[in-house]
Amino acid sequence: MELLVVSLTVFVLAIFVGFEIITKVPPTLHTPLMSGSNAISGITLVGAVISAGAQISLLTTILGFLAVVFATINVVGGFVVTERMLAMFRRKD
Amino acid sequence: MRENLINLAYLVAAVLFILGIKGMTHPRTAVRGNRLGAIGMLIAVVAALLDMHVVRYEWIIAGVVLGAGIGTVMARRVQMTDMPQMVALLNGFGGIASTLVAGAALVETLALAADVPLQFTIATAASGLIGAVTFWGSLVAFAKLQGLAGDIRIKGAQMFNAALLALTTAFGVWLVIDPSATWAYWALVVTASILGLSLVFPIGGADMPVVISLLNSYSGLAAAATGFVLNNNALIITGSLVGASGIILTNIMCKAMNRSLTNVLFGIWVPSEEAASSDEVYAGKVKAAHADELALLLEGARRVVIVPGYGMAVSQAQHAVRDLVLMLEERGVEVEFAIHPVAGRMPGHMNVLLAEADIPYEQMKEMDEINPTFEQTDVVIVIGANDVVNPLARTNPNSPIAGMPILNVDKARSVIVIKRSLSPGFAGIPNPLFAAENTLMLFADAKKGALDLMNALKAA
Repeated sequence: MELLVVSLTVFVLAIFVGFEIITKVPPTLHTPLMSGSNAISGITLVGAVISAGAQISLLTTILGFLAVVFATINVVGGFVVTERMLAMFRRKD
Repeated sequence: MRENLINLAYLVAAVLFILGIKGMTHPRTAVRGNRLGAIGMLIAVVAALLDMHVVRYEWIIAGVVLGAGIGTVMARRVQMTDMPQMVALLNGFGGIASTLVAGAALVETLALAADVPLQFTIATAASGLIGAVTFWGSLVAFAKLQGLAGDIRIKGAQMFNAALLALTTAFGVWLVIDPSATWAYWALVVTASILGLSLVFPIGGADMPVVISLLNSYSGLAAAATGFVLNNNALIITGSLVGASGIILTNIMCKAMNRSLTNVLFGIWVPSEEAASSDEVYAGKVKAAHADELALLLEGARRVVIVPGYGMAVSQAQHAVRDLVLMLEERGVEVEFAIHPVAGRMPGHMNVLLAEADIPYEQMKEMDEINPTFEQTDVVIVIGANDVVNPLARTNPNSPIAGMPILNVDKARSVIVIKRSLSPGFAGIPNPLFAAENTLMLFADAKKGALDLMNALKAA
C-alpha cells in the first residue's frame, strides 16, 4: 500500500511536468515530438529485458523475447526517424 | 546496494527524458534533445541488464538485434509523407510490448511469490487492456492511412463496444479476485484486442490526426501501467510524460478540426443543415486563370503567403513549391507559409514536409500568428487545401464547419487556388472562397500548378 502511494505520487507529478513542458513545444515540431516521445515510451523495454533474461519458464522467456523485439523496434525506430526529421529543420541562411 | 544503484540509473534516465522533451521546445535544441532521450534509454537498458533477475542474455541480445534491425530499416526507408503510418505502427508496437511484459510479470510473480498484491493485479489488467487496444487500434489506423482499409460503420457499434468493455472489465475483476487465473488475463487481452479493432474501424480518414495523437497517449499510459506492475518509476514517469503529450496533441487536433473528442471516437458526423449546393455557390462566379496571368499578378506582389494542404503532400509538390518560393524571393517578394494545425495527416506533418524541401522553419507560421497579416498580403497561393480556408466557418453558423478556426485567406488582396477541380474537401461542402471576387483558380494538380507558375514567372 505504501508503495502504491509513492508510485501514484510519482505518476501524478510526472503528468504535471509533462503538461508544463509539452505545451511549450511549437507546432512546427509536433511530428518529431510525437515520434520522439513515442521512442521513449518504448521504456517498457526495461521490463521486457528483465522478463527475457530471468529464466523462470519457457512461457515468460517467449513473452519477454517478443516484448524485447517490439519495444526495441519502438525505441530504435522512434529515435532514428526523429533524428532524420530534426536534421531537416534548418534556419534561414 | 545494487538495487539502489539500478534505481538511481532509472532516475537519471527519467531526467534525461524530461530534458530531452524540453529540447523539443525549439528547433535549435531539438536534435540534442532527441539524443539526450536516446542516451537516457541506453542507461535504462544497461541498468535493466544488471538486474539480479537477469541470468541469461541470449534471448535479450537476439531480441534487441532483431528489433533494432527492423526499427532502423523502417526509420530509414519511410517517406516523409508516410510519417503518420510510421508513428501509428510505433505506437502499436509500444502498446503490445507493455501487454506482453505485464503478462510475463504475472506468470513470474505467480511462480515466485505466495501472495500477489492488489496493486499488481489491477495494474496488470490495465496494462493488458490499454496495450492491446493501442496495438490493434494502431494497426487499423495504419491500414487506413496506407489506404488498405476504408471506414466500416456498423449499426449498434457503440452497444457492441460497451459490451466488449464490460466483458474486458469482468475478466479484469476476475483476475484481481483470483490472481492465479492467468487465463482471465489472456481472455482480457483478446476482448481488448477486438475492442481496439472495433473502436478505430468506424473512425473516418479525416479524423486520423486525432486518433494517432490519442493512440500516442495510450501507448504512454500502457507503459505507465506496466510501471505500476513492475514497481518501476522510470516506466511510470516516462509513460505519464508520453500520456500527457498525446492528450495535449489530441486536444489541439480536436480544436483545430472543430470536432469534439466524443464525436471523433464514436465516428459521429453532425449532419449539415441546408448546406448550399455547389451549383448555387459556384455557378458563373468561378474564374479560371492561366499561369501566365497569375505570374503577372505575382510579379507585382510584395508579400505572398502560401497555404499548403495535404494535396501538396499527395502530389509530392513540396520541392516544386520551394523552387517557386526561391524564384519569388529573387524578385524581392517576401514569402511566408501559413500552416493550419490539421494541414497534414498528423500534428506538425506539413512542417516536416516543408523542412524536407529545405524551407527554413522561420518561414513557417502558425495560424494565430499569420491570420492578422492577411490584410497586408498581396497574393495568397492555396495549394491543395480546402476546408481550412473555407470562410463559411466564420460566416455561416449552420455550416458543419461553423466555428472551426480557419486561415482567413479571403482577406488578402488576391487569392490563387491551385486545385485539380472544385471537388469538396473532407467536410463535403462547397467553398465560397473559390467563387470569391478576388480569387483566381489554377486548375492543375499541386506539383504541375507550382511548376507552371514558376515557368511562367521565369518567362515574365
